[in-house]
Amino acid sequence: MAWVNAIIQGVLIGGLYALFACGLSLMFGVMKVVNLAHGDLAVLAGYFAIGIIAVTHVPVLWSFVIVVPLMAVLGYVMQRTILQGALDRSVLTTLMVTFGLSVVIENGLLQFETANTRGIGVGLPLLTESFSVGSIQIAYLLVVIFATAVIVLLGLQYFLSRSKYGRLIRAVADDKEAAQLAGADYRHVFGIAAAIAFGTVALGGIAYGMYSQLSPTTGTDTILLFAFAAVVIGGLGSLWGTLLGGVVLGVAQQIGAQINLSDEILAGYIVFLAVLVLRPQGLISRGAQS
Amino acid sequence: MTVSADGKRADSGTPLLEVRDLVVHHGQLRAVDAVSLRVLPGEVYAIIGANGAGKSTLMRTIAGLHHPTSGSVLFDGTDVTGLRPERRAARGIVMVPEGRRLFGSLSVEENLKVGATYARQGPWTIEQVYEMFGWMRERRKQLTAQLSGGEQQTVALGRALVANPRVLLLDELSLGLAPVVVQRIYGMLPQILATGLTVLLVEQDVSQALRVASHIQCLLEGKTTLEGRPADVTADQVEAAYFGLAGAAPARPPGEGSEP
Repeated sequence: MAWVNAIIQGVLIGGLYALFACGLSLMFGVMKVVNLAHGDLAVLAGYFAIGIIAVTHVPVLWSFVIVVPLMAVLGYVMQRTILQGALDRSVLTTLMVTFGLSVVIENGLLQFETANTRGIGVGLPLLTESFSVGSIQIAYLLVVIFATAVIVLLGLQYFLSRSKYGRLIRAVADDKEAAQLAGADYRHVFGIAAAIAFGTVALGGIAYGMYSQLSPTTGTDTILLFAFAAVVIGGLGSLWGTLLGGVVLGVAQQIGAQINLSDEILAGYIVFLAVLVLRPQGLISRGAQS
Repeated sequence: MTVSADGKRADSGTPLLEVRDLVVHHGQLRAVDAVSLRVLPGEVYAIIGANGAGKSTLMRTIAGLHHPTSGSVLFDGTDVTGLRPERRAARGIVMVPEGRRLFGSLSVEENLKVGATYARQGPWTIEQVYEMFGWMRERRKQLTAQLSGGEQQTVALGRALVANPRVLLLDELSLGLAPVVVQRIYGMLPQILATGLTVLLVEQDVSQALRVASHIQCLLEGKTTLEGRPADVTADQVEAAYFGLAGAAPARPPGEGSEP
């Protein structure tokens, strides 16, 4: 029964990892930016939420309503300014710029918020509880996070496949010059993609703060790495691949923890490496399309 | 405002599109060297020339994808040299790029929808394109990668038309297509022109260009070597201008393929 429990917990935590990963995947797929500050942005969003709750005493759920759009706007502005500036030079420059951004956010948080870990109180009594199926305890919070991830991915898929801007995002990802000839300003479209990426990872950061603890370094030592692993396992450029990748990573970690509590993280990376070696295109491959 | 293909071309007429002393560099290479041209409304203006003559670079500069070293591009009397490609498209300069450049992960219909997103007011709609190319409606859900080269070129043409251009730039429409397919696509030109468009095209196939154009201009190593109405130029003149040597020239241009 312990193994079944590990798998169920792993699947549910995979939803959280998908929230980390989908924005990273989108930004790489559309503008070829590997955002090394992706995890730090999640942590930043978490600290924003902590700050807003502390100052205004709004219910925790309200923090999402404020922080997620705020981060989306930040994403648009950053893409139109420093990220676009880096892209205009070279793709390699974007690596250096996002790495620099990561260092700045992390040290900024250390400076103003100390190195202490912080949690986000869930607020709703129900979400701090769990229900049992047989002998397995399942936290409501994890179920809600998983459901949120599925809703976010469904929404993203609908947006990308049906809406005007979703279509433009895919067109620009295919051929930005041809999109320009059709009258589309690809920089604006990039900005929208970045807004989505920042918004989704903000959601992931706050959720992580509720599920666990945030510290200024959580972004690079946990969130970014898990996001990368989920993207690679699932398959680069595949939206649902990020959920599959997150779930596989989560299950591997929980099974590792079941074997030996200290092997949790290691087991996740072993699966990550195994996928890289055996199926580098990821579990869900986009096939011949580049 | 329309000047018929066989009408008198007065140099004093107001051009819709004008290029003045355009110089474009690819690194050290002077790809376009002081080229000027005046495209009158309703015309089919053809740029001919061999591989590497600078035709595509000229077209891409007019569309805004390259920045000229000097010279200017004027559209409807205003200088558009500093405008980004998407701003030019909004004003009515729309290009069908060399190699078609369709959005590969989008369906036929989605490609057309992208073309129509920032469309100007005008006669062309997606429905209108389906009217003209019946097969497209039935295959609108297909990815463009599943289409033949000629079909892809037609979708690329449709994608440009739904933007309702005032001047349509066609860059090497015939590249990589069977002659019969090229004939069919060029056969659509009168129908397209009838909606009030002006066409500036680049063509490596000289006979094709001479057949459809009301005015031709030949480039050689970035410079204009010949200009005039097809009826006014002789085959020998064209040959000399195309290859840069009078008389002894092969019957076909050597080394078919894409330009650098």
